[in-house]
Amino acid sequence: MPGLGASFGRGGATGDLQDLSNADVIVIEGSNMAECHPVGFQWVMEAKARGAKVIHVDPRFTRTSALADTYVPIRSGTDIVFLGAIVNRVLTQERDFREYVLAYTNASWIVSEDFQDTEDLDGLFSGFDAEKRSYDTSSWQYEGSEHHGDDEEDTARAQESESGHQLGAGGAAVEHRDIRRDPTLQHPRTVWQILKRHFSRYTPEMVAEVCGVPTDVFDEVAEAWISNSNRERTTALVYSVGWTQRGTGVQYIRTGAILQLLLGNMGRPGGGIMALRGHASIQGSTDIPTLYNLLPGYLPMPHAEKHADLATYVDQIRGQGQKGFWGNAESYVVSLLKAYFGDRATAENDYMFDALPRIDGDHGTYGQVMDMLEGGKIFGYFLLGQNPAVGSANGRAQRLGMANLDWVVVRDLVEIESATFWKDAPEVETGEIVPEECRTEVFLMPAASHVEKEGTFTQTQRMLQWREKAVNPPGDATSELWFFYHLGRRMREKLAGSTDPRDRPLLDVAWDYPVHGEEQEPSSEDVLKEINGYDLTTGELLPGYTAMRPDGTTSGGCWIYSGVYADGVNQAARRKPGREQSLHAHEWGWAWPMNRRMLYNRASADPDGKPWSERKALVWWDEAAGRWTGDDVPDFEVTKPPSYRPPEGATGVEAIAGDDPFIMQSDGKGWLYAPKGVVDGPLPAHYEPAESPFRNTVYTQQQNPAREIYTNHLNEVHPSPPERGSEVFPYVWTTSRMTEHHTAGGMSRFLPYLAELQPALFMEVSPELAAERGLTHMGWAHVVTARAVVEARVMVTDRLAPLRVQDRVVHQIWLPYHWGQGGLTTGDVVNDLVHLTLDPNVHIQEFKAGTCDVRPGRRPRGRAVLELIDEYRVRGGVTMSTGTVAVTAEFLDPDGRSRAEQADDGAVAAGEGHDDEDLDKVVSVEHDIRSRPGQPQQHGAALRVLEESPRSGPRDGRDRHDEGRQG
Amino acid sequence: MVVVPVAVRPAERRVRPHGAAAARLAHDGRAPGGRVYVRGVGVRTWIEGWPVYRQLTGDDPLGRGAATQSKRSKSLTPRTVTADRVAKSVCPYCAVGCGQRVYVKDERVVQIEGDPDSPHSRGRLCPKGSASEQLVNGDARLTRIKYRAPYATEWSELDLETAMEMITDRVLDARRRGWQDADERGNKLNRTMGIASLGGATLDNEENYLIKKLFTAMGAIQVENQARI
Ligand code: SF4
Repeated sequence: MPGLGASFGRGGATGDLQDLSNADVIVIEGSNMAECHPVGFQWVMEAKARGAKVIHVDPRFTRTSALADTYVPIRSGTDIVFLGAIVNRVLTQERDFREYVLAYTNASWIVSEDFQDTEDLDGLFSGFDAEKRSYDTSSWQYEGSEHHGDDEEDTARAQESESGHQLGAGGAAVEHRDIRRDPTLQHPRTVWQILKRHFSRYTPEMVAEVCGVPTDVFDEVAEAWISNSNRERTTALVYSVGWTQRGTGVQYIRTGAILQLLLGNMGRPGGGIMALRGHASIQGSTDIPTLYNLLPGYLPMPHAEKHADLATYVDQIRGQGQKGFWGNAESYVVSLLKAYFGDRATAENDYMFDALPRIDGDHGTYGQVMDMLEGGKIFGYFLLGQNPAVGSANGRAQRLGMANLDWVVVRDLVEIESATFWKDAPEVETGEIVPEECRTEVFLMPAASHVEKEGTFTQTQRMLQWREKAVNPPGDATSELWFFYHLGRRMREKLAGSTDPRDRPLLDVAWDYPVHGEEQEPSSEDVLKEINGYDLTTGELLPGYTAMRPDGTTSGGCWIYSGVYADGVNQAARRKPGREQSLHAHEWGWAWPMNRRMLYNRASADPDGKPWSERKALVWWDEAAGRWTGDDVPDFEVTKPPSYRPPEGATGVEAIAGDDPFIMQSDGKGWLYAPKGVVDGPLPAHYEPAESPFRNTVYTQQQNPAREIYTNHLNEVHPSPPERGSEVFPYVWTTSRMTEHHTAGGMSRFLPYLAELQPALFMEVSPELAAERGLTHMGWAHVVTARAVVEARVMVTDRLAPLRVQDRVVHQIWLPYHWGQGGLTTGDVVNDLVHLTLDPNVHIQEFKAGTCDVRPGRRPRGRAVLELIDEYRVRGGVTMSTGTVAVTAEFLDPDGRSRAEQADDGAVAAGEGHDDEDLDKVVSVEHDIRSRPGQPQQHGAALRVLEESPRSGPRDGRDRHDEGRQG
Repeated sequence: MVVVPVAVRPAERRVRPHGAAAARLAHDGRAPGGRVYVRGVGVRTWIEGWPVYRQLTGDDPLGRGAATQSKRSKSLTPRTVTADRVAKSVCPYCAVGCGQRVYVKDERVVQIEGDPDSPHSRGRLCPKGSASEQLVNGDARLTRIKYRAPYATEWSELDLETAMEMITDRVLDARRRGWQDADERGNKLNRTMGIASLGGATLDNEENYLIKKLFTAMGAIQVENQARI
């Protein structure tokens, strides 16, 4: 989560769930915690019982709202305005925690005079290139280190290869030695003053107009938050996928981070930011990533152009003259290569760095889907406990893509929709997939359940918990550990003796895992030990990552997990009962890094090392003992005194001063302003969602200019003002989950208890919307977008209040997204409605808001579905080029009126619309991916492609999916 | 598999276990619903069976414990007591990571409960965690490999050995076909674009580690998981 990574240095929740009970105020925004993390919510209730105030900000009144003291309905997608207005109040009324801000943040640092803010450029930051849709960040740097910015090439590359995710365990590199400061904060280019100017536009009146939140409600939240953040009191912020699954999600998190830094809530008991993750081990699957752009421990996957050899690669990570624990990056990298390649990795051969495959662009899951649709690029696909036919955005594209592959291996507990697309996908009904003509070979393999194998999950507070094996898996069911070990073994046996250099890495990889029992199962403990790492000279397990060496004498598969097997003990398997321990329960499981439960806890003490107050003491400097002590493992070098100042020219760990609590940051400070690490701006700015019925009133710029768009006929985006046609999709849909079901439903819809508890897909609408569209409670209705039509039962409820925005009433429609055609309870796939427009930092799609129409009754069947979609596309003038405008001002007036002139009439719709002849082209698109027997590898859809809109020039790289389809 | 036509008859939308599910539930000792009728008992026993009588005469005046216990539940023993052993586990659904105790009898999971020792979940489970025994033992659970040949309209079966052999061949073939040595500027790529993978957020760290290690060694870079979805 780069929003957190860029601000604090690590991309994980900053504390544990128990610590929420220490808070004086808890603000839950972008999360329905009571519903989605119900057992964790007990700590919010605990806090409430102790007198804390609980505030819930959400478009819909939910189970969380019901238990909150204050519920604030907000228009979906406008959180930056809401939070930004609180930031503005803190700054203008000078109600920040000044001592904390001066000591622990970059508030006093001076930014380059080349930097121009959204205030200067009406919604853009300096350095934007409309052609490439990306920023050159050199003007965002601190004064004196301008040359350290990423030029456009770099940012475009960072964007493609998602440098954002790499901030999971460390902030972005920046040169810290030459930076100038003004501790009085008066210099006009201090971060403080820049922030003040940037957020001045975010006023309570703006909140009312954009978010639909009345001024008095806003006041209540702002006052509660601000007045409960000081030496004696702390406020915790909780968010979840409601923020991460956004076109500008990273910037939502950044706004929360700025506020928590200004108010001095980071690293302190009852403060921090609780990032609630969705899956059992989603934190684990980014720490030890199954992600294309990362190696374990947030090391970047080597890039073809940037990383020619090990030395260059390490230098890039470590950065020149950078502070902090990334200074030892070489140790982490070499230890990983030793774990991967064993004795084959030597100093002479660069530890086989050359053998690693290279990335050079966006290879993310949605890019893959586009390649599948196109055909001839991806031949085989593994699905490992994931059900993209239901769970991924734009499920139609996903299913049609899979129907265009040679083979798919699905490993799951039940027969999920992603295994049966060839016989019962919705596209079979529309005739787009014909089973007899679909070539894809499918292997559906039963997987072992969580009790039939042992191993660790990393839950939401970065804690690894070991599971014991209860029973053997039934029948042919196997664990992933078994499957991948034996797949690797078989591949190596078949390639044995190969002299092809391409097979070398596979033959050289350390793969001799002992197997056990009749099933020939490898041991998870062996693998966890490999992850922890060994001292190769003694054969002992490493005590932690600080013991890793760059000379090949240590190994370790994931440096941030090193220590999980300290003292030869599986620390993740520790189970000392909570009631016998203090709140943070250090002897239950193990948290990375080094079993620290509260990150940045050095900041719980003042610069001199004394607790800010007795009430909020956590970790402090014990002068007599000469060490940091308290109720958590210090997130700091234990014997480095608060008075320590680095010697001239120091780098790495040595350069961390005694009052630098953010030890993974390249300057040791929390970042109010992020000169690096976030590709769409050093500060958050409000843009409307990629699909919105409203014109952005904060800036002329309508949408995030750097958003990622996949241009494909299956993925057309609705027009938003100022483009014409948005009135055809007048409502806002939003989706989320429910307690009784789990994401794509593979683990819940097939279970009798859960299917009975939530037995059908439904949509929530307000009584007003029901009246406007003739919907009846318990009756049927269908939601229409340019991607799909989805039907559901109607629940008319006050929970979804219509909001007044820009003097208009906006209606929202809410749907849970757990359904598909399989299981004990079936329903349409809600994610089919979603378009693929991605956050440029992490390539996460905008799941949470879009526009739509809703009609009473059941949806049409068969081909009539496509006809209905086409009807809407014609009426709304939807094509591949709608919604793709980069710079709104250029769209509004290509002839170059001044921004002020444009802003004057900025709210006027100025779309191009369609000529009559154009309409033929819009409706004549055939989505035909059918293959015929006997044809080896299929081509993609036979599409007729509209000419590019003259205003939206072709985009480097990311439009490649369309090339070759012309004509 | 039980597919209930949710859409058609709203009044009957409740999903009841029937067929094999009902049989299994009965076998488990859980009544699939409904009342237990006891015949041929005397009047006295009958009166003593009344909760209100027991409430007034016994030591449970508020009727929250023994007084209201039915004859049937009195005769039952919790599966947690008769289990052969207990495994310490973690709920596989959301990221709260609630502690679970998995009760095993005769090499079969018979019950899954919250673990009161867990410092952050403190013994609680939500409906998903509480239902996870059905995740393990449910009717829908796959135990055999299903194979769909190209252009086939039905599943067929494969044994594990054959499936592994076929998959190994296909991976090697796709790897070779999608191989890229270098880009047009001569930079090393060392990779295959022929294979993609999605999944990991529900898997163990050890599994993800092995997956990434193997894919990296074979040159497959298109590895992704739910973190992006
Ligand atoms: S029991 Fe519920 S809250 Fe706990 S981990 Fe499982 S799904 Fe999450």
